[in-house]
Amino acid sequence: MSTAGAGALFIASLAVALAVAYRPVGDYLYRVFTSRRHWRVERVIYRLVGVNPDGEQTWRMYARGVLAFSAVSVLALYALQRLQNHLWLSLGRPAVRPDQAWNTAASFVTNTNWQSYSGETAMGHLVQMAGLAVQNFASAAVGIAVAVALVRGFARSRTTEVGNFWVDLVRTCLRILLPVAVVGALVLISAGVVQSLSAGRDAHTLAGAAQHIPGGPVASQEIIKEFGTNGGGFYNANSAHPFENPTGWTNWIQVFLLLVIAFSLPRTFGRMVGDRRQGLAIAIIMAVLAVGSVVAVNAFQLAHQGTVPQAVGAATEGTEVRFGVPQSATFAAATTLTSTGAVDSMHDSYTALGGAGLTANMMLGEIAPGGTGSGLYGILVLAVITVFVAGLMVGRTPEYLSKKLSAREIKFASLYFLTTPALVLVGTAAAMSLTSARASMLNAGPHGLSEVLYAYTSAANNNGSAFAGLNANTTWYNTTLGAVMLLGRFAPMVFVLGLAGSLAAQRPVPASAGTLKTYQPLFVGMVVGIVLIAIALTYLPALALGPLAEGL
Amino acid sequence: MRLPYWLSQHLAALRALLVLTVLLGIGYPLVMVAVAQLPGLKHAADGSPVVAPNGADAGSRLIGQPFADAHGQPLGQYFQSRPSAAGSGNGYDPTASGGSNLGPNSVVDPGPDKPSLLTLVCARSRSVGELEGVDGRRPYCTPEGVGAVLAVFHRNGITGPVTRAVSLNQRCPVPPFVATYQGVPVECAKAEEDYSRGIVTPVRGDAPANPAVPADAVTASASGLDPDISPAYARLQANRVAKARGTTVDTVLQLVDRHTTGRALGFLGEPAVNVLELNVDLDRKYPYRR
Repeated sequence: MSTAGAGALFIASLAVALAVAYRPVGDYLYRVFTSRRHWRVERVIYRLVGVNPDGEQTWRMYARGVLAFSAVSVLALYALQRLQNHLWLSLGRPAVRPDQAWNTAASFVTNTNWQSYSGETAMGHLVQMAGLAVQNFASAAVGIAVAVALVRGFARSRTTEVGNFWVDLVRTCLRILLPVAVVGALVLISAGVVQSLSAGRDAHTLAGAAQHIPGGPVASQEIIKEFGTNGGGFYNANSAHPFENPTGWTNWIQVFLLLVIAFSLPRTFGRMVGDRRQGLAIAIIMAVLAVGSVVAVNAFQLAHQGTVPQAVGAATEGTEVRFGVPQSATFAAATTLTSTGAVDSMHDSYTALGGAGLTANMMLGEIAPGGTGSGLYGILVLAVITVFVAGLMVGRTPEYLSKKLSAREIKFASLYFLTTPALVLVGTAAAMSLTSARASMLNAGPHGLSEVLYAYTSAANNNGSAFAGLNANTTWYNTTLGAVMLLGRFAPMVFVLGLAGSLAAQRPVPASAGTLKTYQPLFVGMVVGIVLIAIALTYLPALALGPLAEGL
Repeated sequence: MRLPYWLSQHLAALRALLVLTVLLGIGYPLVMVAVAQLPGLKHAADGSPVVAPNGADAGSRLIGQPFADAHGQPLGQYFQSRPSAAGSGNGYDPTASGGSNLGPNSVVDPGPDKPSLLTLVCARSRSVGELEGVDGRRPYCTPEGVGAVLAVFHRNGITGPVTRAVSLNQRCPVPPFVATYQGVPVECAKAEEDYSRGIVTPVRGDAPANPAVPADAVTASASGLDPDISPAYARLQANRVAKARGTTVDTVLQLVDRHTTGRALGFLGEPAVNVLELNVDLDRKYPYRR
C-alpha cells in the first residue's frame, strides 16, 4: 500500500472509531453528570475537602470554585518546582528558575501545557508525577465541569443553580479520566513506553560512545496527556520520543484518545437538554471543520511545497520514520484542533501552508472538537452567536434551545469571542516590537513571524504546541505567555459561567413556526460559515504576513 | 466560627488539590510502576534494553544511536542511522531530544558554521552518495553539497533587469556553482557584505527528480532519537556493509528483512528497519574483522 493510501485509511479508521464511540461515551458522561448517587470513595473525598456534595451553586459560586481551585493549583505547582531540589526523586536537578516555574505552572493549570523547559533535564520525577500529571487530570476535569455547567444552563429554567463544581471535578477525575488512564497506561507500557522511577542508565553504543537511556513514570503521564487534551510531554520531543510513542499503532491510539471526549461531549449535551438531535448537529459541525482541516494539512504535507522539501523529495524533516509524513500530519491537525498540543513531528519544519493550517486550527478557538470541555462550551458560544446573527437577518428575537438570547447573553458570548484574538494579536505585536523578543526567532523572514504568532496563538487558545525553533525560555516569553495562558483560559470560563447563569434563570419560550431549527443541516452550515468568516476576518492580516507570505 | 465564603472556598480548593495529588499524582503512578514489574511488562517498562554480543548494555531497542567514530566519520561495517539534531556532535543524545526546527525555506546559511537546512540536506546527500557509491546530487544543491541559492538584484528593487547575482552559500574564493544568471556573471559571497536587498532565489539545477539517496537519509527526525530507517535507505547500505563484513549482499538483505517492521494491521505507521537491532544481529552473525 502507498504511504498516502495508508494515511487515508488512518484518517478513515479514526473517523469510524470516533463515530462508534460517540453514543456509548456520550451516554456514559451523561450518567456521570446526572447521577444522584455518590461512590463511597467520593463521599470520603467530599468529607476531606469539606464540601456538601448535594448542595448546588449559583454561577458566581461555581466560578469562584473554579478560580479558587486553579489559583491554589498555580501556587502549589510553582512552589513544587521552586523547591524540587529539596524533595524526593529530584534526580539531583536544581530548582526551576522563577520565570520558567511561573510559566509552567500557568501552562499546566490552564490545560495548555506549553513547555519552555526540556523535560529530560529540567524536571525531576516528583514534579512530573505529583505536579504536572495531577494538573493533566485536574485541568481537563475543570474544562469538562465548566462545559457541563453551561449545558445545565440550557437544560434548566427558572433556577439560579448550575451544579456543584466540586462534584463535577471529582467525578470527572474518578469516573472518566482515571479508569481510562489505568487501562491505557498498561497498553502503552506493553508497546514500549517506559514506566519506572529510575533516573536512567548509562549504556555503551556499538560505536563505543556513552549514551544515557532515561527512565521515568512516563506511561502513566503519557496516557492522560492525550486523554485530557493536555499535551505536555515527559520528554522534550513529546510524542515523537520513542519512549512516549513507540509504534505506528500507539500513534493511532494517541490521536483517538485526544479526540474522543471532545467528540462525544455533544452527545452528553444533547441528552441533557433532552434533544439528541441538537447534540448530533454540534458534533457534525465539529466533524466538518475537523475533516476539512485534517485533509488540508495532509494534502499540504504530501505536496511538500518549499525549497527544502523539494530538494529532499518529501516533507520528512522533523518526522519519524515509523509514523511517516501523512500520519504525522493527521496527529498534528488533531493536536491543534483540540487543545492538546502534543506533537509527534516538529511543526516548525512543516511546509508553509501545512504550518498555516495548524495555526488556523488553533485560531478557530479550539472548537473542532476542541479541548475536553472547552471545545463544547466554545462551540456552544459560537452557536449562540450564529443564532443571534440569524435572528438579525430575519428581524426577530433569537432563541436557542427555548432560551431567549437577549443583550445580556450576547454580551457574554461576544466577550468570550473577543478575548483570545485580543490576546493573540496584542501579544504578537508586543513581541515583534521588541528587539530582544525578536532575537528568539530561529528562522528568518516570514517564518520567524510565524514562530511568534504561533506561540501566542498556542498560549491564548491553551493549545501548547509550538513552532519550537523559537527560544521561548526567556523572561519575556515565560512571563507574557504565562499571563496570556491564564487570561485565555479563565476570562472565557467566567463569561461561559455567566452565560450559564443567565440562561438558567430564564423561563423557556415555546418553539413556534419562526424558531430556527438548530438541528438541521442549514444550521450546521451556518455555524461553519460564521466560524470561518469570523476567524478569517480576525486573523487573515496576521496570517498573510507570516505563513501565507512564505507559502504563496 | 463561620469563615467568610471566599476563604472557605480557597481552603476547600487546597484540600481538594491535596487529595487529588495523593490519589492521582502519587497513588496512580506508583501503582502503575508496581504493575509494570510483571514479567510481560518489565522489559518494556525498563526501556527495552538491548544486549551487545559481548554481553554489554548496548542501549535501547527504541532509542537510535550514531554508528560513527568520535570525529563523525561513519563506521563502514554498520548500517547508519538518520541524521539527528539531538545534542551536539553525532546527535542521538537522549538528554536533549528534539528536532532541528528549521523551516522549509531555510536556504541561506546564517554563518559559515551555521548551515541552513538546505545546505545540511545537500551536504548529507553528497556524503551518503559518496559512502554508498551512488549519485548524491539533489535539486537545489551545488555539486559540492551546499544550497544553490542566489541573491538576485534588480535595477528597480524587485523589478527591472538583473544587475547583479551572488551565490549566497559559497564564500569567496569558492567559485560559484553557475557562471552567469540571466546574462549577469555570478559572484561568490564576501563575509563582510550585506546581501539582504537581493531577492533570495534557489536554483533547481539539473539533478534527477528522484535522487538515489532516500529522503530519511538526509533529514533529521522529530525526536533526534529515531531508532528506524526506511527500507529503501537500508537496502542502499546493504552493499557496503556486506563488503565490510566479508559476506554476501543477499545474506545482509535477508537480515534487513528480518528487522523490518511492516505497518500494524496493514495501515498503521510506515515500514521501518530497526538499525540497532540489525547491527547487533550483524555483529553476532558476521563479526567485523579489520
